[in-house]
Amino acid sequence: MFDQLSDRLQATLSDVRKRGKLTEDDVDKAMREIRLALLEADVNFKVVKAFTAKVKERCLGADVLGSLNPGQQVVKIVNEELTELMGGSGRDLVFSNKGITVILMAGLQGSGKTTATAKLAKLLTKEGKRVALAACDVYRPAAIKQLETVGKRAGAVVYQQGTDANPVEIAAWALDKAKDENRDVLIIDTAGRLHIDSELMDELAQIRKRVKPHNVLLVVDAMTGQDAVGVAESFSEAAEFDGVIISKLDGDARGGAALSVKAVTGKPIIFASTGEKLEDFERFHPDRMSNRILGMGDVLSLIEKAEEQVTEEEAEELQRKMEEGQFTLEDFLKQMRQVRKMGPIGNLLGMMPGMGAMKKMKDVEVDDSELDRVEAIILSMTPHERAVPQIIKGSRRRRIAEGSGTKIQQVNNLVKQFDQMKKLMKHMANGQMPDQNQMAKMMGQTQRPKMRRR
Amino acid sequence: MSSTWNDILDLGDRVVPDSAPPPAAEEEAPKKMGAFRRLRESLSKSRRALTEEIGSSLFDRIDDETWERLEEALILADAGAMTTAQVVEKLEHEVDSGAVPPDGPAIRERLIDILTEIASTNRAPIDLSQDPAVVLMTGVNGTGKTTSIGKIAWHLKNEFGLSVLLGAADTYRAAAAEQLATWADRAGAELVRSNEGADPGSVAFDAISAAKARGSDVVIIDTAGRLHTQSNLMDELGKVRRVIEKQIPGAPHETLISIDATTGQNGLRQAKAFAEATDVSGVVLTKLDGTAKGGITLAIATELQIPVKLIGVGEALEDLRPFDPEDFSRALLGDE
Repeated sequence: MFDQLSDRLQATLSDVRKRGKLTEDDVDKAMREIRLALLEADVNFKVVKAFTAKVKERCLGADVLGSLNPGQQVVKIVNEELTELMGGSGRDLVFSNKGITVILMAGLQGSGKTTATAKLAKLLTKEGKRVALAACDVYRPAAIKQLETVGKRAGAVVYQQGTDANPVEIAAWALDKAKDENRDVLIIDTAGRLHIDSELMDELAQIRKRVKPHNVLLVVDAMTGQDAVGVAESFSEAAEFDGVIISKLDGDARGGAALSVKAVTGKPIIFASTGEKLEDFERFHPDRMSNRILGMGDVLSLIEKAEEQVTEEEAEELQRKMEEGQFTLEDFLKQMRQVRKMGPIGNLLGMMPGMGAMKKMKDVEVDDSELDRVEAIILSMTPHERAVPQIIKGSRRRRIAEGSGTKIQQVNNLVKQFDQMKKLMKHMANGQMPDQNQMAKMMGQTQRPKMRRR
Repeated sequence: MSSTWNDILDLGDRVVPDSAPPPAAEEEAPKKMGAFRRLRESLSKSRRALTEEIGSSLFDRIDDETWERLEEALILADAGAMTTAQVVEKLEHEVDSGAVPPDGPAIRERLIDILTEIASTNRAPIDLSQDPAVVLMTGVNGTGKTTSIGKIAWHLKNEFGLSVLLGAADTYRAAAAEQLATWADRAGAELVRSNEGADPGSVAFDAISAAKARGSDVVIIDTAGRLHTQSNLMDELGKVRRVIEKQIPGAPHETLISIDATTGQNGLRQAKAFAEATDVSGVVLTKLDGTAKGGITLAIATELQIPVKLIGVGEALEDLRPFDPEDFSRALLGDE
C-alpha cells in the first residue's frame, strides 16, 4: 500500500510549490507518510524515529524551487539518507594475503545459513577459488546431509564428523584439514541459534576464537520484523560479525531489517540472496535497497538482468526493427522468452518503478500463466501469420484458438494488443516518451501507474 | 499456557486413552542443553525486554505520551501500523468517553481484552475428527514446518495414542525427507517418502493411500518451503491440495501455515498468498522463545480471519503448545 509513497508525498505537498519553501507543518505531514512507509517495510521503530528526525532537519533547510516538485525533493532526500545509512558503497569480503581465508556463518534458525553457505561457495568457486565447507550444525536433523548435497552442487568439498562431535572441535579440525588440502577458502556453517540462547551463543564465540575467521557473516532473513535489531546486537556481541548476508530477498518483503541491522551495528550488508538457485546470490547494492524499501523499484538490477540475456547486437537489431515498425510476433515471442529467463514475471515487475502497485491490482493479470497462454497462441500461428498478424481473421483465428487451447477472444486481444504495442514502440524508439494513457491501454488496464524516471 | 491440547484438538468420536501421562521426553530434542532452564531464562529475558519497552507503569498517568508509548509497544511487537492504530484508537476512545474508568489497571485489563478479542478471531480446534484426518503443512522457507510436524506427531501419538503417518512431500530441499524421517522416528510415526525431485503431489497421493490402507488416524503432509511470491510453486501447492481432495473429499481437513514469530509485516502477505492457494485454516506461530512477539498474527487475524492454533516456544517436544489468546495478549504487553 506504500508503493506510492512518492505519489502520496506529492499529494501531501502539492500546494507547497507555490510557496517554494517547505514549512515545518508540511515537513511534519511528509514525515508521517515516511514513518508509515518505513514501519510497513519493517524498519525498526527506533531507527525510524532517528531517521525521520534527520530527514526533517534536511528538508527544512532544503530549497524546493527548481525542476523537481516538493514531493520528489523530499523523496530524493529520503532516498539519499537511506542509501547513506545503509552503507554508502558496499564493503567486500576480506581475503587473507597468503594461505587460507576463513569465513564463519551465523544466524537464527531458518534464516538460510546453509543455503547461503552453498551460494557463497558457488560464487567463490566461480572466481576460481578452491572452497571447503565445514558442517558444524550438529543439532538440526539432517543438516549435515543438506550441506553435503548443496555443497557438492556448488563444487565445494564438505568436511563433516557426524553429529556426535563438538562443533568447536569440528571447526578446528576442518581448518587443519583445509590447510592440509591447500584450500583457498573455508566456510563454516553453524547451527541456527536464538540470540538469547547463551549456551549456543557462547559456542559460537568459541568457534570464533578457535579458528580466527577473516570474515564473520550474519545471515538475516529479509522478512524479519522489529526484532532484527535485538538479534543483530546479540550476534554482534557474541560473534563480532563483520558483515551481513540478507536472505530471501526474492520475496516481496521490503527488507527494512537490513536497514535496521546496519543502523544499529554499523556493519555493512555484503551479499543478497535472491532466489532458489545457487546462482541467485549477488553483491548488495545499498542504493537499490533503499529504493526497494521506499517502493521505488530497482531499475539497475533489471537492466543488469536484461544484459545477461540479450547481446548488444540483438539489442541493436531489435532497436532497428522497432524504429522501422518491423517488429513481428516472432520477435515478440523471442523477446518474451528472454525476459522470462530473467525470472518470474512478478519479480521483474516489482523492480520497475511504479509497477509494484500495479502488481497488486487484482484485475491486472500479469502472472506467468498469462504469458504461457500468449506463448501458446503465438506458437499456433504460421510464420507468415507471425510476421503479418493483420491477416489473422475468421478461420485462421479459430484454428489458432483451437491449436493453443484458448478462446477466439483471447487470440483477438493478443493481436490487438500487439498492434498497439508496435505503435508505441515506434513512438518510443524515435525518442518520444509514451503517452501514459496509450501505455495503460496497451497493458489492458484502466488505472495508470505513475512512471518515475531516475 | 492455559489452553491444553485437549482444548485445541477436535478428535470427533475417537476414543482417547484417559489422559495418558506423556512419557518423559528425555532424548527428544536434539542435543537440547537443559531445554527447560533455557526456556525459563529466555522467557524471563524477553519479559524483561518487554517491561522495559512498555513498563507496567504505562497507564499510571494518561496523556498523549501514554498512547504514543502504547503505539510504540505494539509496533515493536510487529502488530503493524494498521492494527496498532485500530487498537490504540479504540482504547483511547473508550477511555475518553468514560466507558473505561481512567485508572491504570482497568485500562490495562481492557487493552488485554481488546487484544484477546482480536487473537480469538475464528478460534476453532484442529479438526482431527475424520478418519483419516488429513493435515497439510505449508509455509515459507525456514519457518519451522518440518520441526512443527515432528512435534505435532509426537503429541498425537504419545498423548492421544493416535497412529500418525507423515508424508514427505518436500522433495525440493536437500535432505528434507531425512529430517522428517528423524522426526518420524522420534515420534513413533510412519513415514511415506520418495526421491528428491519427485512430484510432491504423488508423494501426497502415496501417503494418503498408505494411510487408508493401514488405517492411520492422522496423516500430516509436509511441503517444501516456498516464497509466497513464486506463483509456479504456489500453483504446485494448490495441486497437492487437489490431489488430496480427490482421494478424500473434504480433505485436507486442516491446512496450517507456519509463521516465524520474528517475521515482520511480510507475514501478512505470506498468510494471504497461502490462503489464496490452499485455503489455510490455522497458523502455527513458531520461534516465540526469542524476543520476538509474533504480533503479525494480530494483523493476520484482523485482515484474514485466520486464527493461530499452535505456538512453538522452544526446541523440546513439549515446547509446541496450544495457542491461548489471552496468554498471548498478556505476553505481548509483558504481563506474567
